[in-house]
Amino acid sequence: MEAFTKHTGRAVPLRRSNVDTDQIIPAHWLKKVTRDGFEDGLFEAWRKDPSFVLNRPERAGATVLVAGPDFGTGSSREHAVWALQNYGFKAVISSRFADIFRGNSLKNGLLTVVLEQGVVDELWELIEKDPQAEVTVDLESREVRAEGITAPFELDENARWRLLNGLDDISITLQNEADISAYEAGRPSYKPRTVQV
Amino acid sequence: MGRTLAEKVWDDHVVRRAEGEPDLLFIDLHLLHEVTSPQAFDGLRQAGRPVRRLDLTIATEDHNTPTLDIDKPIADPVSRAQLETLRKNCAEFGVRLHSLGDVEQGVVHVVGPQLGLTQPGTTVVCGDSHTSTHGAFGALAFGIGTSQVEHVLATQTLPLARPKTMAITVDGELPEDVTAKDLILAIITKIGTGGGQGYILEYRGSAIEKLSMEARMTICNMSIEAGARAGMIAPDETTFAYIEGRDHAPKGEDWDAAVAYWKTLRSDDDAVFDAEVVIDAASLAPFVTWGTNPGQGAPLSAAVPDPASYEDASERLAAEKALEYMGLTAGQPLRDIRVDTVFVGSCTNGRIEDLRAAASIVEGRKVADGVRMLVVPGSARVGLQAVSEGLDLVFKEAGAEWRHAGCSMCLGMNPDQLAPGERSASTSNRNFEGRQGKGGRTHLVSPQVAAATAVLGHLASPADLSDADVRTPAGVR
Ligand code: SF4
Repeated sequence: MEAFTKHTGRAVPLRRSNVDTDQIIPAHWLKKVTRDGFEDGLFEAWRKDPSFVLNRPERAGATVLVAGPDFGTGSSREHAVWALQNYGFKAVISSRFADIFRGNSLKNGLLTVVLEQGVVDELWELIEKDPQAEVTVDLESREVRAEGITAPFELDENARWRLLNGLDDISITLQNEADISAYEAGRPSYKPRTVQV
Repeated sequence: MGRTLAEKVWDDHVVRRAEGEPDLLFIDLHLLHEVTSPQAFDGLRQAGRPVRRLDLTIATEDHNTPTLDIDKPIADPVSRAQLETLRKNCAEFGVRLHSLGDVEQGVVHVVGPQLGLTQPGTTVVCGDSHTSTHGAFGALAFGIGTSQVEHVLATQTLPLARPKTMAITVDGELPEDVTAKDLILAIITKIGTGGGQGYILEYRGSAIEKLSMEARMTICNMSIEAGARAGMIAPDETTFAYIEGRDHAPKGEDWDAAVAYWKTLRSDDDAVFDAEVVIDAASLAPFVTWGTNPGQGAPLSAAVPDPASYEDASERLAAEKALEYMGLTAGQPLRDIRVDTVFVGSCTNGRIEDLRAAASIVEGRKVADGVRMLVVPGSARVGLQAVSEGLDLVFKEAGAEWRHAGCSMCLGMNPDQLAPGERSASTSNRNFEGRQGKGGRTHLVSPQVAAATAVLGHLASPADLSDADVRTPAGVR
């Protein structure tokens, strides 16, 4: 997983609440066998509308999504996170995220930032008025900054430490290699094996 | 203070415990199939990691496999690509795989127990929610997401927070024709599809102890439909007898040591559960679902409920929507509901006892005119066993279709699907909208009810059949 310390980029205002995982990535995309290539499926239904915010030329290359409350409800599919990342988003800001989506996002290095709706409103206004406005998401100082806005955010220490160091769950677990080996050495011989190795 | 069964198995697998962190648990058995594994293998490849314990890992093909013409190339390109990806990944990483056509191929949750790999006191995971099935052996077994699949492949462990425990005690005798399926459907209707959320369920009591291993698997399989993390049943002589002699069962001294350990795996008398539910087995009857989630069920003798009778507003709305989708009206007797299709199979009810039960009911009878009955063994081996007992002939003579093993119409990822508006009586586990095919309507039932329904053409139990149904030509009822 790529480390996340600080990111600055242009932002997309998504003025919708309750964006569920089916809207983020429709079910028929789940038959794919890779973690990449989901960018075209991101918000697929809405993207058919040329006036949808993501389709506007001034939003091309934006990397921060500023969404309405209850973002990511619905199924547990990790594909929703992959689709956002494949499209190029590094961070999503909302006043409330669905639990499973949030867990999945942090596991995959997509920073989900919870800010009060009032601040989200301010960000919306700013980036709607000036599509070139840059938003900085700073995980070291736990702050979101943009012109005229400085907003602190919370993130639990464990998740923050993992993101800052780019440690995915697997690398963290592998730091406990000695514990795993010790456990393995003590397993009884009657435990089942699928093959002889 | 004593410990529950779940706590004992949990504690025996803690690799590392530290303040403020989830426990790191060792995984004894990792089952793989084609749908949820490709991105996990991809992740390993990108990070240059091997599979840590090939000897604790096994894969099979089930969700996408066709049940007809299995020797021909798979028609659907997407299904074919998923299966080919699994084959490529298993070959590259060295994972044991049972492919379509192999005698050990089948639904992943039928294959594990049948090989003797699922054993008491083990931790079992799979990228599939019905992994709870394996809890019937006193294993701690649960479904995981794709990132976790990769985590287990790479480390053979998982960081997990310990769930709470709930005892579901079922005492007394199940009445005739009332099966494990009816019992679990009744439990889910009682506690709701969210009732088990955050819990590991332990099914116990005299009615559970009397169940066969296969019936216990049916119960644990559907724990997830109550929202639970897992379901478990303490191992006993029935469990040991089922495992003994299977391919991967412990042998010789190992067997004795294993049984000695397995006998310790029961909740202590003074163990405290976080929640408890008590059910009287004698009060149960054949049970069917009328709605679009497994908690919307009722005894077969009842009528479709009136949504207005629900006090809870969201339940009322859910019932209204369900009736609309299902094309049913409040007050309609459940027995009057006519079906187009009967599906016997899945990891809930696709084992040999289920096939025997269904066969014993259709034997000498005919599937009703206009009804299609699909019988899909849970694994190739179950299919072979059924053939050796002549069950395939019983089904075929009755006018049913005898198919090859796989998930099949349980979720319709292969060509076995309901057409829009079609109605099924199905021995599977989910009656969600569109689960068995776009617009399809599903009633969850036991194999016995499925078979009687096939003969009469409407939802029915074996008690509704008379001797007159025997040898009645198709079309005459
Ligand atoms: S039979 Fe159905 S529930 Fe079981 S693993 Fe297959 S699709 Fe899932």
